[in-house]
Amino acid sequence: MAKGEVKLLDFWASPFCMRVKIALAEKGVEHEDSQEDLFGGKSELLLKTNPIHQKVPVLFHNGKAVLESTIIVGYIDEVWPSNPLLPTCPHARAQARFWADIIDKKVFEGGAKIWQSTGEAVEVGKKDFIEILKQLEGALGEKDYFGGDSFGFVDIIAIPFSSWFLAYEIFGGFKVEDHCPKISAWIKRCLQRESVAKVLPDPERVYEFVTTFRKMQGIE
Amino acid sequence: MESATNGDAIGILEQLSYQNLLCPIGRLYMILMAKSDLKLVGRWSSPFVMRVKIALNIKSLDYENFHETLNPKSDLLLQSNPVYKKIPVLIHGDKPICESLIIVEYIDEVWSSAPSILPSDPYDRSIARFWAAYIDDKWFPTLKSIFLADEEESKKQYIKQLEEVVVRMEDAFLNISKGKDFFGGNRIGYLDIAFGCFLGWMRMIEKLIGLKLIGEAKCPALAKWAERFAADAAVEGLIPESDKLIELYNPLKLKSKALAK
Repeated sequence: MAKGEVKLLDFWASPFCMRVKIALAEKGVEHEDSQEDLFGGKSELLLKTNPIHQKVPVLFHNGKAVLESTIIVGYIDEVWPSNPLLPTCPHARAQARFWADIIDKKVFEGGAKIWQSTGEAVEVGKKDFIEILKQLEGALGEKDYFGGDSFGFVDIIAIPFSSWFLAYEIFGGFKVEDHCPKISAWIKRCLQRESVAKVLPDPERVYEFVTTFRKMQGIE
Repeated sequence: MESATNGDAIGILEQLSYQNLLCPIGRLYMILMAKSDLKLVGRWSSPFVMRVKIALNIKSLDYENFHETLNPKSDLLLQSNPVYKKIPVLIHGDKPICESLIIVEYIDEVWSSAPSILPSDPYDRSIARFWAAYIDDKWFPTLKSIFLADEEESKKQYIKQLEEVVVRMEDAFLNISKGKDFFGGNRIGYLDIAFGCFLGWMRMIEKLIGLKLIGEAKCPALAKWAERFAADAAVEGLIPESDKLIELYNPLKLKSKALAK
């Protein structure tokens, strides 16, 4: 199969884009990165190739656009089968997809309730977010990674959010480590991987970004 | 291999079958064992449960139906889906699988030699998954909102929103089917299942509002697709009748605004 050119419509702070970059790095696939200016104005290419959601990431491969980060990671795993991200066993694959889906539905939105709120709502957001992390901690159990001994699909789907945790911690007045030590340990473990260390931005930089974004939105 | 480590014979056979390493006798044993080892926790009225039933029918799989009362939720449901406590749950042997589209993929992967449900090409798979996610995100919630809306004005707003979704789906169908009968090509596939499961609900709402949501005028290709889908052997008998749905859901609507799956 001809592998062809790979291009990514990207935004440095987007955890969803980070997923794709980590997956590509895990597979040893080079790509052309194109940063979208989400505040200055989305590019024509983005609006044309993702008219429904108008969101990054968009992966181009052989001239075709693949949308939605979790779907893109699955696509990458299927097109470049070496170093598989999903397990082989169908039941384990179903479990991986299940947890990826929960992470998709809950984590970013949960975190947003902390930094997008003021006053009492922040406390509520913090409590709910910690509950979500505890649920994930339950799924992780005593394993090194969500899939077991190896870094894989669910880890890729989840780890980018950790670059936003400092922002949540500062705005929410808590530390993830105090409530979910296993998740903290898992984060440190993942950050030792070259693909993750290379892709994840400095959490301080993300915190500054969130602060600027809050000011733009008139929050606080 | 998780199953092999547990010394689970079915698990080992699953693995070998999945890797196409099983001999014909082994495959036959797999099919015989697997057929008696499936339990579906669900209700006749749930479009999400219907997705799983269609997939099981495509693969000609027998299964035990466990009718979930939902109010209160059964111990089986609470134990097999502790996270969401929602139907459908497919229990294969002693392993529960949750979330309708994840279950459909699981069925397609375990019973990989029967007619395929997902496309074989990775790009086509990504397209199918994208539109299935869109359907779950936009189609069903808007359909439900039309049903639940009390005021005419909000009903009209939701109907307008749904009409926009229909236009997109008509376009998607024309692009994906490439002139064939279904999203999946000559046979129904993943996206047909993901979308077609809502036909019963859709017909019920059309009856209540006196308006066609997927009709010849606005979406001729989808209208014909809907007829073909409903007539497919794998779908036969599964689309709930409008009157029965109205009978079930109207009292629930009056009691509470939140509809269980």
